[in-house]
Amino acid sequence: MNALVGLFSTVAIAAGIVFFVAGTTGLLRFPDALTRLHALTKADNLGLGLIVLGLLPLSGSLGAALKLVVIWALVQFAGATVAQMIGALAAGEHPPSGGRRRR
Amino acid sequence: MTALVLDGGIALLTIGIAAWTIRAGDDFAAVVGFIAYGLVLTLAWTRLGAYDVALTEAAIGGGATGVILMRAGARVKPAPASRPSRLARIIVGALSAAVAAGLAAVVLLPPQPAPSLALDVREHLASTGLGNPIGGVLMAYRAADTFLETVVVLLALFGVWSLGRDAHWGGRPGPAPRPGIGGPLPLFARILVPAGIVIGIYIVWVGADAPGGKFQGATILAAMAILAGMAGLVAAPATSGRRLRWLLAAGPIVFVGIGLAGIPLAGAFLAYPPGFEKPLILVIEVALTVSLAAMLALIVAGPPERSP
Amino acid sequence: MSLAPFDAATLFGLMGAILVGLGLYGVVLLESFLRRLLAFNLLGGGVFILFGVVARRGAGAGFSGDPVPQALVITGIVVAFCATALAITLIERLGEEDGDDASGGGS
Repeated sequence: MNALVGLFSTVAIAAGIVFFVAGTTGLLRFPDALTRLHALTKADNLGLGLIVLGLLPLSGSLGAALKLVVIWALVQFAGATVAQMIGALAAGEHPPSGGRRRR
Repeated sequence: MTALVLDGGIALLTIGIAAWTIRAGDDFAAVVGFIAYGLVLTLAWTRLGAYDVALTEAAIGGGATGVILMRAGARVKPAPASRPSRLARIIVGALSAAVAAGLAAVVLLPPQPAPSLALDVREHLASTGLGNPIGGVLMAYRAADTFLETVVVLLALFGVWSLGRDAHWGGRPGPAPRPGIGGPLPLFARILVPAGIVIGIYIVWVGADAPGGKFQGATILAAMAILAGMAGLVAAPATSGRRLRWLLAAGPIVFVGIGLAGIPLAGAFLAYPPGFEKPLILVIEVALTVSLAAMLALIVAGPPERSP
Repeated sequence: MSLAPFDAATLFGLMGAILVGLGLYGVVLLESFLRRLLAFNLLGGGVFILFGVVARRGAGAGFSGDPVPQALVITGIVVAFCATALAITLIERLGEEDGDDASGGGS
């Protein structure tokens, strides 16, 4: 049973890390602000979600597990708001097809 | 071994980001680099087992400092880039490397046994009624430091206020609010601010027995005030307001009042009479939290920019 | 005196030493005030980490580190924030007063 829980945690956290790496790659490689945001949301939502999911069985107590879920929910909420705001700014300042030529 | 690989990765990442911040092309990029530096430094602190410091670094070193740096990065016009001469770079680089090498030698050749006051703290911690040794050090053994630190924060706020224009003295910080801010920010603030206030108070409360404390909690409370201001939910207060000024002074006044009462009652400035340590520390922490939150929020808000 | 064991404390101690060197280089050589301030804070971060290493090596009595240097660092971080905030406000005000020579150092 313990080994199974450990395996579940490892797989979930590893999958979360994969999403973080993918999101970061997208952030660095994608051409404009909106697609970069799209890449970031993958890291925020799925990456952090999977890592929290993997940490839940390891947290030891219900209180600690609840705190982890609250952290995930807060990051979701903040991430969604910030993405909206940056997206609105990017859409207002740059034509969607143009892309930013900063790099 | 795995742990050392992880630590090595964090260390290399920190150094890399620091070097990138120094070399970054424009000021705003450097500011972003510095904020990332604060976050990876937080990881280093957790790896050193210093969770209280990690919380402080994340909240103040990365968060609060990051906010004012971003404001400055957006406002200050970039300086014309003029690279220093090759000779200057070589000399300064060599001297800096020599300082780093000296420090590295100190790290590699430590005194044996390592000096430590941990035993003394453990011995006397019970008398403070606190479970968190760092809280004990901050509030009992080095209470004078903590008191002066709050005064430093207050003085920094006065300094920030003094840098406003004469005409705006006593006025409100920040640009005039834009009525009816649309978008997701007001909704975000309405939902997050109540939750953030609870979390801030929790961090202060839990600081008695676990990592946390008034500086970290006050920073979260200050962040909530700033968020509510940015979303247009609350107006920035006039810095000449009497109630605001009492709010700012309350923490230091309570601290110094209890400290002075310690002279007749416990025989020394900032000594607590036996048996009353925990309640007195709590009273000071509550007063300090409220004042510090107000101070930090106003420091981030900047000097008055509108007439009172 | 003997060589320290190569553990996390030593590793982060070396990192702190390098950060101090990097920060010092930036403080002396960078032109813009804002960049110098950033470099100074990088330097400060390195100094704080060196305190953390001292704390880690002084671990004992059931604590993961000597609480005294850790408490000093917490005080230090808050004071560094205050100094940084004051310096930033000064730089911004200087930029307003100077007009075009906003953040330039020597020129």
